[in-house]
Amino acid sequence: MTNLTILIIVPLLTAIAVLFCKNTAQIKWTSFIGSLIQLGIATTMFLAYIAERASGNTAQMLFQQRYSWYKALNIEYFIGVDGISMVMIMLTACVVVAGILISWRVETLSKEFFFLLLLLSVGAYGFFISLDLFTMFFFLEVAVIPKFLLIAIWGSGKKEYSAMKLALMLMGGSVFVLIGLLATYFATDTGGGAHTWDLLQIAHAHISLQTQMYIFPFLFVGFGVFTALFPFHTWVPDGHSSAPTAASMFLAGISMKLGGYGALRVAVYLMPEAAQQYSWVIVLLATIAIIYGSFATLMQKDLKYMNAYSSVSHCGFILLGMGMLTKTAIIGAVMQMVSHGVMTALFFGAIGMIYERTHTRQLSELGGLLKVLPFIGTVYVITGLCSLGLPGLSGFVAEMTVFVGSWQRNDMFHRVATILAAASIVVTAVYILRAAGKAVMGPIVNEHFEHLKDATWNEKFASVLLILAILAIGIAPFWLYNLIAPDAQLIMENIARSVTGI
Amino acid sequence: MSTDIFLFMKSELSLTLIIFILLILKVWDGIKDNSTYLHIANFLLLLNFAVGFIYTNEGVLFNGMFHTTTLLVFEKSILNLGTLLISLQAFDWLKTHKHVPEFYILLLTTLMGMFFMISSGNFLMFYLGLELASIPLAALANFDLEKLKSSEAAVKMILLSAFSSCIMLFGISLLYGSTGTLSFAELPALIAAGHLQLLALIFIFVGFAFKLSSVPFHLWTADVYEGSPVAITSYLSVISKAAIVFVFISVLGPLFLNLPGTWYNILFLSIILTITVGNLFAIRQDNIKRFLAFSSIAQAGYILLGLSAGNQMGTTATIYFLLVYVFSNLGAFGVIGLVSYYADKENISDYKGFYKTNPMLSWILAIALFSLAGVPPTAGFFGKMFLVTAGASRGNYILVIIAALNMIVSLYYYLRVVKAMFVDPNESPIPKITGSITARLGLIICMIGVVVIGFASCIYNYIHSLTF
Repeated sequence: MTNLTILIIVPLLTAIAVLFCKNTAQIKWTSFIGSLIQLGIATTMFLAYIAERASGNTAQMLFQQRYSWYKALNIEYFIGVDGISMVMIMLTACVVVAGILISWRVETLSKEFFFLLLLLSVGAYGFFISLDLFTMFFFLEVAVIPKFLLIAIWGSGKKEYSAMKLALMLMGGSVFVLIGLLATYFATDTGGGAHTWDLLQIAHAHISLQTQMYIFPFLFVGFGVFTALFPFHTWVPDGHSSAPTAASMFLAGISMKLGGYGALRVAVYLMPEAAQQYSWVIVLLATIAIIYGSFATLMQKDLKYMNAYSSVSHCGFILLGMGMLTKTAIIGAVMQMVSHGVMTALFFGAIGMIYERTHTRQLSELGGLLKVLPFIGTVYVITGLCSLGLPGLSGFVAEMTVFVGSWQRNDMFHRVATILAAASIVVTAVYILRAAGKAVMGPIVNEHFEHLKDATWNEKFASVLLILAILAIGIAPFWLYNLIAPDAQLIMENIARSVTGI
Repeated sequence: MSTDIFLFMKSELSLTLIIFILLILKVWDGIKDNSTYLHIANFLLLLNFAVGFIYTNEGVLFNGMFHTTTLLVFEKSILNLGTLLISLQAFDWLKTHKHVPEFYILLLTTLMGMFFMISSGNFLMFYLGLELASIPLAALANFDLEKLKSSEAAVKMILLSAFSSCIMLFGISLLYGSTGTLSFAELPALIAAGHLQLLALIFIFVGFAFKLSSVPFHLWTADVYEGSPVAITSYLSVISKAAIVFVFISVLGPLFLNLPGTWYNILFLSIILTITVGNLFAIRQDNIKRFLAFSSIAQAGYILLGLSAGNQMGTTATIYFLLVYVFSNLGAFGVIGLVSYYADKENISDYKGFYKTNPMLSWILAIALFSLAGVPPTAGFFGKMFLVTAGASRGNYILVIIAALNMIVSLYYYLRVVKAMFVDPNESPIPKITGSITARLGLIICMIGVVVIGFASCIYNYIHSLTF
């Protein structure tokens, strides 16, 4: 079970099967079983990957497959995984299962809904396993239209505006990535005027610093738009809060990670010297995003907006870790991607469950939910605590690693940035505890709440799955750390090699 | 020699044969029923498409006036396929039309003009082909006989197309005056950077730009597209545009070979204007045919971007894009044609709530528009990607950035239509449309093309093996 192509085929077949279903029950069960099979396959591959590494295989990418696709342009279907992509695949598989379970009550146009969700996940899987830049870009773009339709059709609030804004801003990001990729492609030379899209080959080709300096901003900003790089984060609050629950989970849990993964794998890894040169800009923007995001969250009254803005802040840590360019910080950035992916998916899931019952997301209209909805209330509190970085949960591990890595840069600028970023956790604590205290604890503010029913089996299944993931990272972070460390080491070596090469 | 004529001119001869058969069927008067006649016509067009794949040979006829290569035959096959699809999709509209034979005879005559144009080895032959292709088109634009707008479109078209032909003819005569030959084989070597020849080439380029509706020679497009019957609009936007581009590749590129700087600068300006103006005007349109007219202007800009590369990558990308464009644009026009015929509605605002009543047609239109916007997994993504890649091969990133940023604008207006269909509420949406099986077949073929061509890299590789 090490054929990575299965990871694309299974969700695709599930999506096609959904089209042939007769009623809503069939559609739901087909997508659920499909995604569960996919989770099983991903886990098997994950274990196979660990076993392979344990047996001493030190190749950079495992399970590689390579077929020529567009021969004239050297485009290949070239896939393979390392530790970083493997954990991203696991993350995607978990969030997809949870997202589908949370959407159990979607009745309107359910066929289209689940089809688009599954199509979105195909894009994510394909993106994470691609080692060919063209294929990677293809999968990055696949998800744009499903996102637009999911928000525009099933969303709430000012959904049309948000959907359009999200689609156009993400398209803008893609366009920047496209320009960067084209420039990268034409900067490579494989002899005889031929160029290559092969990621591993480009990493070892020496692109001149001057060219890198032009290309890097396009690639980094392009991927940055996906992961809420300040000042291109404005789609995040609108998009997330207007989206239906499952789409929010997918957007925040998976889609934003495409940007982080791309920024690390393509921008930083392929343009190491430029990354060095621009690192102060990245650190600056990331620090602004962290502080701005957390203060903006303080001002929000809508639970979904709160979580969306806190996502801006949390994704800032991913970029901060990348900008610091130390091995520990980069490991921290990847851990933060996984941790935030799971945590925020659970958060949006919990908010969705609350909204479905109370029909409000306004903090002022909520209160005492723990008394009537003990399970959902608990989930909300757990994910909140994870978000504010309570030890024992994944958020703490990831953020701590980023801070430790950042502290290794001992000049004034990086120190100040690290301290400011770390200080934002206090603000996080304020808004999380305030929201949890008001909405979940406290007296019941609305007598209708007395008759609410607690989570159903599907919601419990989804929540427990994600909570287990949070705990697995939080309590025993070493397996994750060890999984990522060799690959982060390789990225660092590429940077170090280029620095000594100047 | 005698068999050569038949083999080299097989596409033209088979078209002539079909025109005669259709004419005789009309005179014979044995077929009372329009649909029988249409089925026969479609079947003949299918055979005609198949002829393109039988025994292809390369050669020259009539002292270099007419030449054919595998690539040219492939290009003609693309046009044949497009015409067949349009004929299938127009089934419902033609079924009740009074002048079906005339429609086909005019349509196929223009197609034959295009074939001669593509195969021409000399400016005289080229000009004959061009006129044969343009004049019947104006008659076709007037084919919604009761509609005033249709006549207006026809008049506009004939005047402007005559005007552009004049300019081109003037350019050709200047070229002849300064070089003494009209043969494409001899011309490139004789052209130097003289003022007269430069003027001649610019006039010829303007003539092409008119037909291609690239800015600033695009003004006729929107009115003609709006007024003509949908079948003719799609024919104008797909077939005649593709034919012009094919000639562009084989004629204009080589002509400018000795003036690479001038050629590139002209294209550079033309691309930026065409893409930007096309896109910005498309945003404001409410009539869906005008909307597609402006979007097709923007697409022409992308085609020019591919051509500006001036290398094999560019040529391959352009031909590939046109193949994809045939499927995606005809997919869109097919749906619009059905809606226009059955519901008599042509505005984007009329499409509100379309998904509730016609889910399949909505998806087809949406996928076709996504393909035009260049969003994966549709073939349009690959087509546009390869064009932009080819454009970037010259290292002119200003052009690439402008073209790429315009993709955001185009996504906006395509999504506007999608939003109208899928999201916007409407109390009286367009009622359920049940098109004929023939029309639906036309749409299904387009959808298969849009989905499959992108992944089937063998098609791209095949075109690559033909180009140079």
